[in-house]
Amino acid sequence: MSAVPENLKYSEDHEWVKIEDNVAIIGITMHAAESLGDIVYIDVDSLGKDLKQFEKFGEIESVKAVSDLFVPVSGKVVEINEELTNNPEYVNEDCYEKGWIIKLEVENSNDLEKLLGSSDYEKII
Amino acid sequence: MINKEMPLLMDQSKKGRKAIKLPELGVEKSELPNSKFLRKDISLPEVGQLDLIRYFTNLSSLNYSIDTNFYPLGSCTMKYNPKINEQIASMPGFAASHPNQNDEKVQGNLRLMFELQEELGEITGLPGVSLAPLAGAQGEYAGLLIAREYHKKNNQNNRNIALIPDSAHGTNPASASMAGLQAVTIKTTNEGDIDLDDLKDKVNENVCVLMLTLPSTLGLFEPNILEITKVIHDNGGLVYADGANLNALLGVTKFGDLGIDICHSNLHKTFSTPHGGGGPGSGPVMVAKYLESFLPYPHIKKEGNEYKQYKPENTVGRLNGFYGSFGILVRAYAYIRSLGKAGLKEISESAIINANYIQEKLKNDYKLTSSRYCMHETVLSASQQKEDGVKAIDIAKKLLDEGFHAPTMYFPLIVDEALMIEPTESESKETIDRFIDAMIMISELSKSNPKEIIDAPVNLPVERLDEAQAARNPVLIWAKK
Repeated sequence: MSAVPENLKYSEDHEWVKIEDNVAIIGITMHAAESLGDIVYIDVDSLGKDLKQFEKFGEIESVKAVSDLFVPVSGKVVEINEELTNNPEYVNEDCYEKGWIIKLEVENSNDLEKLLGSSDYEKII
Repeated sequence: MINKEMPLLMDQSKKGRKAIKLPELGVEKSELPNSKFLRKDISLPEVGQLDLIRYFTNLSSLNYSIDTNFYPLGSCTMKYNPKINEQIASMPGFAASHPNQNDEKVQGNLRLMFELQEELGEITGLPGVSLAPLAGAQGEYAGLLIAREYHKKNNQNNRNIALIPDSAHGTNPASASMAGLQAVTIKTTNEGDIDLDDLKDKVNENVCVLMLTLPSTLGLFEPNILEITKVIHDNGGLVYADGANLNALLGVTKFGDLGIDICHSNLHKTFSTPHGGGGPGSGPVMVAKYLESFLPYPHIKKEGNEYKQYKPENTVGRLNGFYGSFGILVRAYAYIRSLGKAGLKEISESAIINANYIQEKLKNDYKLTSSRYCMHETVLSASQQKEDGVKAIDIAKKLLDEGFHAPTMYFPLIVDEALMIEPTESESKETIDRFIDAMIMISELSKSNPKEIIDAPVNLPVERLDEAQAARNPVLIWAKK
């Protein structure tokens, strides 16, 4: 697993997004997971909700802190990674694959223009 | 001696063993009624009296406190609590009085509270004082209610924003939210000073209050404080100072002189009342003269030679039962009176010198967050040690092995791998030197043998605990192995 995979887009709040057939898969970056430390709980209360870009979709709790999670693109939350309920450590172990957090129906693909590519994201971390 | 193998009381249980023999029953035995609340399947430990006494005596010897060792827990001001304060607080006139006694029966107590109000008003330069808040956060909450009510009274109901720097204690946005205000974050510079441009961008006619901590949570004095308070006042807002770090300012400067309108003080930090499990907190709120009528009640005033409780005209209300933590107020009063004006100033001066001594001695081994002189605490970063795989938490655990309490870690959030060290004025040079030596030893060890730090602690009753596992799968009930 690369620290900052090239095929993803990133928000300044350290979420990554991958678009597959108009569905955005969203998680937090390896930098975020390492800074937070061991993740112990993920609380997403936005299933079925329409969210605007950079709006809060949930909270992530580690042994160190609780942080808000923001959607990098606007859309409707259609799925939550339920595996994380019993295995929050997936976010630490494999944040870009098994550790994805939500899926969202993309409302406007222009939102991606406000996000960072891998090389720009690498510059801010 | 610490016995690492000391079994839990439940695991020592042997059926039929008793710690005490009860007298014969004087009444007829009767069966327990059927109830879903009464269960017969609960395991209770059965042990002999000596085993019971040893169990708790050994546990009590594991307590760590300011009376046993150095406690450099930044932002918490873990200073020595002079024993004379305890003696005075336990005098029957204080300890045995009842809050329902009439004012004329407890004139001495009311006088003490009145004089403590006066002292805190003098120390902070904010003469309206309420001793009611039971903790720092309640003091913050009271202060914000006062700000909100003041604006309401002036027909400015629109003012619902609390500006809070990103370096603030977490209680600040929480208190703002509790008080019905919306927290808006102000950026700070790398050294923890308020970013003036960002402040000027965000201040507007809806701002109720700016909450700031002085010295800042990075242990630095805010150089632009006069300009900051002016910007807020020019826009009709009020300035609230979190007094968590007041130990740096006694007799040095006053919040009131800096344009601050409201503040609180943690008596359990600055004024030496017991702290951290040792006693209840107390967080009096202080306000400028023009806000006095908004204070919580009961407030104590003096009329002729008589001390009375009264309800200020525009009061934000009552925060809790009776008067706040009275026994704690007695201790703080004893502390202030035994030190006097000159003594209090020396407290802050010594606290500042001790922190700067540590900062200077450790600056080659740990990255400083600022090259400026610090106030009563210094914030170091373990970012250099992190390159060798040693994080702030590992350094903290290794310090436990060396017999010290850990510094505050990972706060302020804006500092990478933060270690926040506050020695207070209480410690001798020898104790501080021992701590410095331990910190330097750990820094050197992080290069030569980082594993030894990562494996710490090894000298304590329990070794490194798996905090993540404990949070993910907490075991809250004893179960037979």
